[in-house]
Amino acid sequence: MLLTITMKGKNTENLGYLLHKNPCRPQLFDLSFGKAYVFYTEVSDTRTTAALLLELNPIDLARGKLGSKDGGLFDYVNDRPYVSSSFMSTAINRVFSTAMNGKCTKFPELAENDFDFETTVYNLPVKTQKDFVKDVFTPLGYEIKMRESVLDEKFTEWGESCYIDLTLCGNVKLSDMLNHLYVLIPVFDRQKHYYMNEDEMDKLLRHGEGWLAVHPLRNAIINRYFYKKKGYADKMIARLMENEAEETTVNEEISQKKISLNTQRMEAVKKTVLASGAESVLDIGCGDCKLTALLLHESQIKKITAADVSVSVLEKAKQRLNYDKMPLYLKNKLTLIQASLMYKDERFRGFDTACVIEVIEHMDLQRIPFFEKVLFGSAKPKTVILTTPNKEYNENYPTLEKGALRHSDHRFEWTRAEFQAWCEHICKEFNYTIEYQNIGETDEKYGSPTQMGVFKICV
Amino acid sequence: MRIEIPEFAVVAMIGATSSGKTTFAHKHFLSTEVLSSDFFRAMVCDDENNQNVSKDAFDLLYYAANKRLDRMKTTVIDATNLQPSARKQVIDLAHEQNVHAVAIVLNLPENELLKRNKERTERNVPERVVKKHCTDLKRCIKYLKKDGFRFVYVLNSQEEIDSVEIVRTKLWNDKKDEHGPFDIIGDVHGCYDELKMLLEKLGYIQKNGVFMHPYGRRAVFLGDLCDRGIKNIEVLQLVMDMVKSGNAIAVPGNHDVKLLKYLKGKTVQQTHGLDITVSQLESQSDDFKNEVREFLDGLVSHYVLDDGKLVISHAGIKEEYISRGSARVRDFCLYGETTGETDEYGLPVRLNWAADYRGRATVVYGHIPQTEVQAVNGTFCIDTGCVFGGSLTAFRYPEREYISVKALQQYYAPTKPLDEKQNDTDDILKLGDIDGKLYIQTRLMPSIMVHEKNSAAALEIMSRYAADPHWLIYLPPTMSPCQTSKLDDYLEYPEQAFEYYRNHGVKNVVCEKKHMGSRAVIVLCRDIQTAEKRFHITDDSRGIIYTRTGRHFFNDMKTESEVLDRLQAVLDKTNFWSDFQTDWVCLDTELMPWSEKAQELLERQYAPVGRAGRDGLSEAVKALQKLCQRENIQYEVSEITSGQNFSPFELLEEFQKKQTALEKYTDAYREYCWKVQSVNDLKIAPFHILAVEGQTFSNKPHIWHMEMIRKYCTGDIFIPTEYICVDTENETSVRHGIDWWINLTGNGGEGMVVKPEIFTSKYKGEVIQPAVKCRGREYLRIIYGPEYLLGANLERLKKRSLTGKRSLALKEFSLGMESLERFVHKEPLYRVHECVFGVLAFESEPVDPRL
Repeated sequence: MLLTITMKGKNTENLGYLLHKNPCRPQLFDLSFGKAYVFYTEVSDTRTTAALLLELNPIDLARGKLGSKDGGLFDYVNDRPYVSSSFMSTAINRVFSTAMNGKCTKFPELAENDFDFETTVYNLPVKTQKDFVKDVFTPLGYEIKMRESVLDEKFTEWGESCYIDLTLCGNVKLSDMLNHLYVLIPVFDRQKHYYMNEDEMDKLLRHGEGWLAVHPLRNAIINRYFYKKKGYADKMIARLMENEAEETTVNEEISQKKISLNTQRMEAVKKTVLASGAESVLDIGCGDCKLTALLLHESQIKKITAADVSVSVLEKAKQRLNYDKMPLYLKNKLTLIQASLMYKDERFRGFDTACVIEVIEHMDLQRIPFFEKVLFGSAKPKTVILTTPNKEYNENYPTLEKGALRHSDHRFEWTRAEFQAWCEHICKEFNYTIEYQNIGETDEKYGSPTQMGVFKICV
Repeated sequence: MRIEIPEFAVVAMIGATSSGKTTFAHKHFLSTEVLSSDFFRAMVCDDENNQNVSKDAFDLLYYAANKRLDRMKTTVIDATNLQPSARKQVIDLAHEQNVHAVAIVLNLPENELLKRNKERTERNVPERVVKKHCTDLKRCIKYLKKDGFRFVYVLNSQEEIDSVEIVRTKLWNDKKDEHGPFDIIGDVHGCYDELKMLLEKLGYIQKNGVFMHPYGRRAVFLGDLCDRGIKNIEVLQLVMDMVKSGNAIAVPGNHDVKLLKYLKGKTVQQTHGLDITVSQLESQSDDFKNEVREFLDGLVSHYVLDDGKLVISHAGIKEEYISRGSARVRDFCLYGETTGETDEYGLPVRLNWAADYRGRATVVYGHIPQTEVQAVNGTFCIDTGCVFGGSLTAFRYPEREYISVKALQQYYAPTKPLDEKQNDTDDILKLGDIDGKLYIQTRLMPSIMVHEKNSAAALEIMSRYAADPHWLIYLPPTMSPCQTSKLDDYLEYPEQAFEYYRNHGVKNVVCEKKHMGSRAVIVLCRDIQTAEKRFHITDDSRGIIYTRTGRHFFNDMKTESEVLDRLQAVLDKTNFWSDFQTDWVCLDTELMPWSEKAQELLERQYAPVGRAGRDGLSEAVKALQKLCQRENIQYEVSEITSGQNFSPFELLEEFQKKQTALEKYTDAYREYCWKVQSVNDLKIAPFHILAVEGQTFSNKPHIWHMEMIRKYCTGDIFIPTEYICVDTENETSVRHGIDWWINLTGNGGEGMVVKPEIFTSKYKGEVIQPAVKCRGREYLRIIYGPEYLLGANLERLKKRSLTGKRSLALKEFSLGMESLERFVHKEPLYRVHECVFGVLAFESEPVDPRL
C-alpha cells in the first residue's frame, strides 16, 4: 500500500524531475482498482522522499471483478488494501511510467546516472522466504534491511507475520530500480489481481531487460512470477536463455523422485492386473486416471470403470483422458462414475479385478470397516489390488519430520506389520487369500516405500 | 358374461385379425392400460400395418409394459398373440414381474372374420391370413392354461363379446383395509403352553373356548405352527379356531406347507420335527385332518395390511415382491433366499435381503430363530426360538413393542446355537439411498428437493470427512440474519429481528446470547452398550462431538473422550438420565473459544489483515502527517497536467479513521481467542436438548430448553446461556430487548439469536424461520471487513438479499428436525441418513457466506 523513494546526496530535489512529479503538488491518480496518491514527505537539498500511497476499497475487491479465482481477494476481510502486491506493481508502472522508461524530459542526463537511493516497500508479503528476499535483491546491487513483526502481539504463540517492510539501499539508476520493483514485488506475493496471458511474457522481457537473464535466481524468479502457469514460465525461461543448460531446483528433484515412484507403482499394478487375467477392471479412487489410461490401451482389458468420490477430480480426469474426443472403441470400454467407498454400490459388482491404489490412507480409520463391507463384502471382485504407503520407509525421507505423514490428507500410514494384520483380517472375514509385493526401491531395514497387497477370492 | 380378473394383472388379448381385440380392449380398459402392437409399429415407422418392423415395435411395447408393471399397473397386450412364441413372451413377462397372466380370447367364426376383413377399408389382409389365424387360434385355446395363463376366458360369439362385464377383484394378499391393532406372533412350533401364556399376557381371553381380545385386537400367526414341539394338535386347533372366528390371521410357514403335502398324501421326508406332528395326528379323526388340510391349503403366503403400511410373511419379503403373486414370491415368503453356500453347521447361508430392504412398509416375519428380535431397515424378525428353549415373542402393531414369554423348556436342540448371529443384520448404507436428485418428505415441509449437483458435492464431503454415519442423527441448519437496519451507523439492529417475528404472528420471542465459538453437536451414551445397541457403534466409543458438517470436532480422540467424560459427570450428578428416562442424549452446543477450531483461519486470514492493516495504515498516516507539516504545498492550482489534486488534510483524516477501524477490528477478533492448554480452558454452552430415547424436544418452548440446560447441563466447563424474553408487540419490551443487545455487543459480544417462543412455529400454515440472528456492530468487522462502517461502504452493504439464505435455513431446519424424529422413532439408518445428507447437500449451495 505504501512505497517511499528517498534520494540522498546533493541536489536531491531533482527527484521531482526524475519521477516527473512536482514535489510541491500532491497528486491523485484514478486507477481501475483504486486510487494512487503521489506526494513528497520531505524535500531538501540532501534528502528528498517521494511516497506512493494506494487506496483500495475492500468492498470493491470483494464485489468487483478484480482478483484471481483462487485467492482470497474476494473476501471482505482481506489484506490486499494494506500490502504491497501486484496492485503496487501496476501502480508503479502507471504512475511512474516515464521514469521507468529511463526518460527525463527536462534533464535527460539525470536519467542516465546512478544516485544514492533508499527505497522502502511496506508490508511486502514474503511468507517464510526472508532469505530468498536477500538472495534476490543483493545481486542487483542493493543493501537490504528488513523490518519484521509478530502476527499478533497479544498472541505471540501464533508466531511471525508474513509481512516485512523491505528497505533497499543502493547507488543505482532510478529506472532500473523501478523495473526491479515492478517485476519482483509480485514474485514474493503469489496472488495476482489480474489474469495472466501471453502478453505477460513480453512485459517481463521488457522490464527485465539487462538484469533478469543474468540473475542467479532467474528461473526461480520466473517460476514464481508465473505462479501456477508453469507453461508460461518454461517458455519464458527458454526465450531468455535458449542455449543455457537448465538448472533444476531442489524441489524439482524431490518431485522427480516422487513421479518415478508413482510410475513404478502404476507399472507394478498394471502388470499385476494383467497377470490376474482380468478382463474387467474397477479403478477405485481413480484420481487423475493414470492407471485407467494405462490399462485402457491393453487389449486384454475389455471394460474399465473408473470411480472417484470427487466430481471435480473426475472432470479433470476426463480432460486429461481427452474423453470427449476419445476413439469410440476406447470410449466404449470406459465408464467414469462418481462413487463412494462408504456406500454399497451395485455398479461395483461383477468385476474381475478392483484396484485401490493409494486410497485407503485417505479414509479415517473408523470408517475402514465400511469400505471393507462395500468392496470385499458386497462388490466381491475376484481380485483386489491394493497399495498404501509403508510408514517405516518414511525414515528415508529426510525432509519429512519424524512421525509426519507423506500427505496432508493422509489419515494414517501403516507399517508393514499393521498392513499385513489388516490384510489377514480381510482374508478371514471375507474369504480371500493374500500375497504381498514391494513397490519402489527396497530398503533392507525399512522395506519399500509402497506396499501392495493382492487379494484373491476363494472359490 | 362376467369376467373376473385380479386388479393387478397382465392381460393378453388373443384373436385373429378383425376379431375386434382393440375395440374390446378400449371398451373395458383405460386407454393407457392398453399397449397395442399397431400403435408401436406406427411409433417406429409411421405405418401401423408394416409387419417388417414388428421386432422393434414389440421391443418398445415390452419395454413400456415392464415400466408399467414395475409400478403395479395392469397392462393389456393388444396383439394377435397367436404364435406360441408371442404367448411365451407374455408369460415370461408375467413371471418376471410376479404377476398373474390373463388370456381373453375372441373366438369368432371364420366366415364372420372373412366378411369383416373384406369390409375393412384401411387395411385388409389376404384371405389365407385370416384362415391361418383361425386355425392357429382353434389350436391354441386348449393349451392356454398349460402355457401359464392363470385365468382364461374364451368368448365365442359377438353376442358374448358384447355382453361382457369385467370385474376387477382384489388381490388375495390385499388386506389393506384391515388396520389392526395386531399382535403378531412368531414361530410357535407346537409350543402350546407358551402360546397360551403369551396370549393371556397380551390380554386375550377365552370365550366359548376361543381366544379373543376384549378390545378387538387380532392375533397374526407367522406360520410354522407345528413340528419339533410337543403340543402340535393343540396349537393347530387354537389357531384354526381363532382364524375361523375372525380373531386371527395366519400365513403359512415352510413346515406348514410340508405338513400339507403330507396330508395331501404326497411322500415327504419326516425330518426336522415333522415326525412328531405326524405321529400326533395319527390319533386324530379324519375330520380333523381334513380340517387341517383345508385350513393350510387356504393360506396365502403374505398379507399386506393397514393401507400397505404393514406386511407379514413367514420368511420375510423383498420390496419388489410385496403385493405380487407368483410361485417365486410364494417360495420367498416360505423359505427366504439362500446364496447356495452352506455354513460351518451345514446350514444354508441366507441372502441378506433385509439389509437391502428400502420399502416404506414394515415387514414382520419369523423363520430365522435368534435370541432377540432383529430389527433392520424397518423389517422385524420375531422368531425368538421358543421351541429351542428361547422365547415366544409377539410384535404389537402399531405400538411396535415386543412382548415375550420364556420357553418352559428346550423341546428341540437347535443345529446352530441361538446366540450366534443367524443373519447378518448389517445396516450399511447404499449409494441409491442418497444418489442423484432427492425428494425428502419431512414432517415440517412436505417434500424437499435436493439437486443432483448438491448431492454429488455432499457425497464427497460425507465420504471423505464425516464421522461414522451411525452417530450423525442431526446436522444443524444455517441461520439467517435479520434485515438490515435503517439506522445510519448500524448494519444489523434488533428492531428488524423483532419485526420479522411480529409480522409473522409471533408475539413472544426469546433472545439468546450468541456465543462466538464453533457449533458442536454432542451425542453421549451412558455406556458403550447403549452406543452399540442404539447407535450400532462397535469401536467402544460411547459418544461423539461433531461439527456442523458432521466431522469429528477434535482431531484427537483423547480430547473428545475427556470432554464427554466431563459431560457425563455433570449429567450423572444432576440425575439427568433418570429424570429423562434415557441412556443417551443429543445436545446442540456452541464450543468456545473460536480459536480452538478457527486457529488456521485466524493465522491465515484474520490476524494477518490486522497486522498488515495496523502497520500499513500507521506508516501511511505518518507519511501524510509529514506531508501536512510541509510548507508550500499546492493543492488548488488550476493547471493540472497529469494527476488530479487532493487535499492532504482530508486524506490524513480519512486514513486516521481507517487506522482506528483496524484497531477495533483487531480487538474484535481477539475477543474470541484464548490459549487452550487443556480441556479446562474450553467452554461449552448447550442451547438445545435435541433428543433423548423416545422423544425429541422440538415441541418444548425455548425457555424450557434454557431452564433444563441450566438445571441439568451446567457445571465444570459447561455454561448456561444468557437470555431474555421480549414481547414484540410491546414497545417497552422491545426497547428492553434492544438495550440488552447493545449492552451485550458493546462488550464485544457476537450478538444475539432471536427465536420464537415455540421451537417450531408456523404462520399461515408455513414454517417460519426458527431463529434469526442479530450481530453486534464491532463483531461484524470480522465478517464484512475492518472498514465496513466507513464512508459509503455501509450503504452498499445494506443492499443484501436474504431470500436464498432463509429458504435454505427452513429446508435445513426441517431436515434436521426430521432426522431426529426418525432416529427417535427407531427408523432405519438410511432414513435418518437421508435427512442428514440433505442438510450437508444444501450447505454446498452457494450463498453469501457473510449472511
